[in-house]
Amino acid sequence: MAIAGYAIGAQFGYIYVRAEYPLAIHRLRIAINQARDLGLLGKNILGTNFSFDVEIKIGAGAFICGEETALINSIEGGRGEPTVKPPYPAQVGLWKKPTNINNVETFANVPPIILNGADWFSSIGTEKSKGTKVFALAGKVNNVGLVEVPMGITLREIIYDLGGGIKGDKKFKAVQTGGPSGGCIPADHLDTPIDYDTLNALGSMMGSGGMIVMDEDDCMVNIAKFYLEFSCDESCGRCTACRVGNKRMLEILNKITEGKGEMEDLEMLKELAETIKDSSLCGLGQTSPNPVLSTMKFFYDEYLAHVKDKSCPAGVCTELLKYYIIPEKCVGCTACAKVCPVNVIHGEPRKVHVYKRQDV
Amino acid sequence: MVNITINDIKLQVPEGTTILQAAKMVNINIPTLCHLDLHDIKMVNRTASCRVCLVEIEGRRNLAPACATECFEGMIIRTNTKRAIRARRTMVELLLSDHPTDCLVCEKNGNCDLQKLAADLGIRKIRFEGEKSTYTKDSSSGALYRNPDKCIMCRRCETMCNEVQTCGIYSAVDRGFETVVSPAFNLPMIDTQCTFCGQCVSVCPTAALTEVSYVSKVWEALHDPDKYVIAQTAPAIRVALGEEFGLEPGTIVTGKMVAALRRLGFKKVFDTDFAADVTIVEEAKEFIDRLNGKGRLPILTSCCPSWVKFIEHQFPELLDIPSTCKSPHMMFGAIAKTYFAEKFNIPPEKIVVVSVMPCIAKKYEIQRKEFEEDGIKNVDYVITTREFAKMIREAGLDFTKLPDEDFDDPLGESTGASVIFGVTGGVIEAALRTAYEWITGETLEKVEFHGVRGLEDGLKEATVKIKDMELKIGVAHGLGNARRLLEDIRDGKRFYHAIEIMACPGGCIDGGGQPYHHGNLDIVRARLNAIYEEDRNKPIRKSHENPAVIAMYKEYMGEIGGEKAHHLLHTHYTPRERI
Repeated sequence: MAIAGYAIGAQFGYIYVRAEYPLAIHRLRIAINQARDLGLLGKNILGTNFSFDVEIKIGAGAFICGEETALINSIEGGRGEPTVKPPYPAQVGLWKKPTNINNVETFANVPPIILNGADWFSSIGTEKSKGTKVFALAGKVNNVGLVEVPMGITLREIIYDLGGGIKGDKKFKAVQTGGPSGGCIPADHLDTPIDYDTLNALGSMMGSGGMIVMDEDDCMVNIAKFYLEFSCDESCGRCTACRVGNKRMLEILNKITEGKGEMEDLEMLKELAETIKDSSLCGLGQTSPNPVLSTMKFFYDEYLAHVKDKSCPAGVCTELLKYYIIPEKCVGCTACAKVCPVNVIHGEPRKVHVYKRQDV
Repeated sequence: MVNITINDIKLQVPEGTTILQAAKMVNINIPTLCHLDLHDIKMVNRTASCRVCLVEIEGRRNLAPACATECFEGMIIRTNTKRAIRARRTMVELLLSDHPTDCLVCEKNGNCDLQKLAADLGIRKIRFEGEKSTYTKDSSSGALYRNPDKCIMCRRCETMCNEVQTCGIYSAVDRGFETVVSPAFNLPMIDTQCTFCGQCVSVCPTAALTEVSYVSKVWEALHDPDKYVIAQTAPAIRVALGEEFGLEPGTIVTGKMVAALRRLGFKKVFDTDFAADVTIVEEAKEFIDRLNGKGRLPILTSCCPSWVKFIEHQFPELLDIPSTCKSPHMMFGAIAKTYFAEKFNIPPEKIVVVSVMPCIAKKYEIQRKEFEEDGIKNVDYVITTREFAKMIREAGLDFTKLPDEDFDDPLGESTGASVIFGVTGGVIEAALRTAYEWITGETLEKVEFHGVRGLEDGLKEATVKIKDMELKIGVAHGLGNARRLLEDIRDGKRFYHAIEIMACPGGCIDGGGQPYHHGNLDIVRARLNAIYEEDRNKPIRKSHENPAVIAMYKEYMGEIGGEKAHHLLHTHYTPRERI
């Protein structure tokens, strides 16, 4: 940041950290103090005329404050909600002044580039996406954690080589990249070299660098619902598309996972998702339909199963689960009937039992 | 200048022009909802939150809001593509899916921007079903009614309240679908520092913000044989009421207004203007006293209850500078229930005073405890211009065909000085007309003080020479301007002898209870011109020459600024918290 400040003639920087990350704040404070002690921050850095200092701004815990204009509003003490761009922060930013605002990862790339040169940096990565990228690998893989990989690596390499494959040797189903508003990428695309463009082309994104692996036990409709729930909760509520649109999408998804969905709902869901993407004010709303659109694109059969057959192939959507007793296998031991807390298993000892709910 | 193309029409526009403004230049109407540009009073709502004005721009990934996107060189815009229309309709449907859609029985039926938009876009079905927001309705102030269920999050009220009026009552709270515009801590409005100016009501596109209506109470009183119901009308009503009945903005309908009130059943139809003349003689006396060293300068006019509440909350240390005069309609109430009651031998407890006002704050004002006399309120009900128009329609009166009738005596007599109370600068001009003559003992020939007039400047200054004195006059309209002025006075940066402050930009003609202007300030300008026309039409243009006022002091009130006058016509102020 100090280098960036030197480059653009800024003397002060803010580091914005959510209040829920006290450990990060604690460590940052130590690091900032150490930098000050070493003369790398503060007045007359390294004995030059250049002065630069930073302050930690603790956010109140809103996902949307990762959006640059919302972050600026939050630092200024306003409600953390995005504003229309342009003007971009580089034109009108914090306190209405031109502002350079970047993610930590971007700043972290600067010193090695200065030390090793641009050619060195460009030698890593793909034609359009240079350098490396840190992914937070999680989900159904054997090794979870942060991985820094060169751009252009394939998903397969990350998941199988670095991640050590799928937990319990289950079948890989999809990988969700880019945080809550990224898309789900199916097995067919495991060998795609990933960079900003290819991920976008697949209906997902690089985003925050999140990478969550799903296996055969995951229901993709439920996954879409899960991420959309997050976006609904974290929407700032400013624009119609995101505030009401995401809510309506979520309601349709709820309908589908409860077995009440109809074919028109699928059409409506797709149209709404596309419109929200096209109409929202900020990046959150413009990307929140990604989980829905990508799962509809790659796992449409699962949607059809929920809507037409009223079944959840992965057995996740509880409302769609059907229980029954296989007559050939039942010996009438009564063990299941004895422990059933809601008395829905009926039958005489040593005779075939039946599962029957009074309410349906 | 930049070259752009809209729907294949090429044009040049100045830099900084929005797509919406550019489209207007070539007569292309892009529908909007949250957008509002009240340029003259420096209120521009450019939140781009409703997403109704979306258009397609060649080379841009997503749709752009026309209201908040500035044109750039070579921009190619299409406003009516399938994609844009689909998005626009979807946005309106989404808004309607979270709206009560009880248009038939809605306060804003026929006056609602959302309703009009849905009609304009030909929306016949709301495809989206789901949860609807429900919030607590708030009528705690007895003045301003909040129904957040109908809020579409346009944030116009926030812009108006926070940026123009600087009261900071509203902010978006919560997240996602639960987001709603609300006072801090969701306090009842009466517990906030809201001044009830009603400018938020003026700009609310739906019925999320309206007035607390007293129409049914007034009907009840009118139909009660034991009550003697009299009406008074503020100066700003007569230049705006016609709009409700399709007349050109600025049409003066004083005679028809009086006739309508009579036909609604009011026993007497009086004029707040009479009381405005009383206000002027009392205030001019107070002003001259203060000029002579009795009390602190500047003197601040006190006719605007919203502004009074503002100073009580925001500048409690300055409460000795406003004039102690009650506002004209409160003076009227006090006079009606004493002087008039005695003169016509009507028991004061039987008299019901109904004020027809351009104002929402007046509804709050009449509830203040200091405006009671032996448990009898000075004024019983306040209805707005809009509520009055509703009563006229409900009664089946064909307003435009009504004959022109005169106010009743004696509280119907007024001068040109009192009429101009309805516009910014008017009260101080009226006071100057009287103060000039009283100080100099000479007749004022040129009664018009143009330096204090006009909508455009929020803060006006004028120097008036009276004898060898140079009086410095300040005029502020809009509470943000009032705040700037008061801060400077508090900090000793400016000095004035007298100041007029009106909470609403433009004064009462643009009050929170006036017919909705829907963003067209030309309407307000027409009302302003009409007020000055009415002043010019009056044979008497100085308050102290009002014969009915002179008679009242002679018969009943005694000395101007005397003991009785002080008891009935003056008030005091209370410091209040900021929240």
